[in-house]
Amino acid sequence: MLETAPFYLTVKLALLTTMILFVLSIPLGYWLAFSRFRVKFMVEALVSLPLVLPPTVLGFYLLLAFSPENALGKFLDNYFDLRLVFTFPGLVVASVIYSLPFMVQPLKSGFASIPKAWLDAAYTMGKSRRVTLRRVLLPNMKNAMLTGAVLTFAHTVGEFGVILMVGGNIPEETRVISVAIYNEVEAMNYAVANTYSLILVGFSFLVLMVTYFINHQKNSLLSYD
Amino acid sequence: MIDIKLRKKLTGAGGDIQLQVDCQMQSGEIVGIYGPSGAGKSSILRMLAGLMVPDEGVIEVGGQVWLDTANGINLRPQHRNIGMVFQEYSLFPNMTVLENLEFALEKRKDKSLLREMLEIIGMQELANQRPQLLSGGQKQRVALARAMLRQPKLLLLDEPLSALDREMRKNLQEYILRFHRDFQLTTLVVSHDAAEITRLSERLWVLENGSFVYDGEPNLYFTK
Repeated sequence: MLETAPFYLTVKLALLTTMILFVLSIPLGYWLAFSRFRVKFMVEALVSLPLVLPPTVLGFYLLLAFSPENALGKFLDNYFDLRLVFTFPGLVVASVIYSLPFMVQPLKSGFASIPKAWLDAAYTMGKSRRVTLRRVLLPNMKNAMLTGAVLTFAHTVGEFGVILMVGGNIPEETRVISVAIYNEVEAMNYAVANTYSLILVGFSFLVLMVTYFINHQKNSLLSYD
Repeated sequence: MIDIKLRKKLTGAGGDIQLQVDCQMQSGEIVGIYGPSGAGKSSILRMLAGLMVPDEGVIEVGGQVWLDTANGINLRPQHRNIGMVFQEYSLFPNMTVLENLEFALEKRKDKSLLREMLEIIGMQELANQRPQLLSGGQKQRVALARAMLRQPKLLLLDEPLSALDREMRKNLQEYILRFHRDFQLTTLVVSHDAAEITRLSERLWVLENGSFVYDGEPNLYFTK
């Protein structure tokens, strides 16, 4: 039978992941775009790691790290009463790590596309880095921000391996759509799996279509060209 | 009086050069820095602005120390009272002409200065336009006005007219001279155009391979 909880969980997870990553990735993308720190390449490699690793590998290590048997899990359990294995908060943390490059890369490119002279002009006008970021950089890279947000959202909706490893398949807690589809297929309920899948295909197509549409509307919404 | 002593190793397309300058400016002066590209002209301006750090140096402007590497003093660009105009029009596309000017104005300052400035550059009609719709000359007029709004002690112009055609240049040169005079500025202008630098400056510094090889009247240098 078709349930609504997986849809709700999926959207909630994707929205939370996108919002958290947006806030984290602005300073990180800024740093990656502008820093001349010598070992920056190591940080870049680390940020991109989720792109190449099989989700099961990431999920496996996160499962170990979050487990109350181990140091991090024990620490979170004891001091924050936070359990990250087989819980929704655990999914959020895992998704944030897994989708990190999808937010950071577009923002980094956005920052890098801003002419250096704009920064110099703002600094010589007495503006701090923070004011320059808020008033000059971010308003001129709305395309990058939208791309990062949509990619992160879509990527989180499409997550499966990491979620299954860290969250398992608990109804109304960690059973997001992708897991629900797997679950129905396992139970040979192909009709239900098909319905879930079709909704997901339609939804994903719609989100991407709207994004590309907005990106082509060069005039008013996103860019000042 | 402005006292400038700078030393920095620069790496350019033509190999490394050792930039080493030691010079003084009187307040109210307008000095041109002339020389081939890659000689380090812009680097001098960038070091004065605090956008580049020299290996060693002292910058003192009207008794205030902006930089003294020996004593670990290096004021950030934000704390040096300068106005700077760049070759590329560095207006912010997300702001209108008026907003670009407002952005430069410090919080407590009088807004009437904005109107006055728009009037001087003859752009009241275009105040609510975005800079992308302006011509190169108009953009650079706004950039110049924007640099003036903080009433800087030192105005730094880095090849400000290089991207403009002849007519526009002449027009802009008038504005630069007018601003320099009316706001009693001390101005340093970098250019590789002999005619322009003769027109703009009272005093010329010629930079070759990282050091000044001439300090004097522009006319005398170019007619010798």
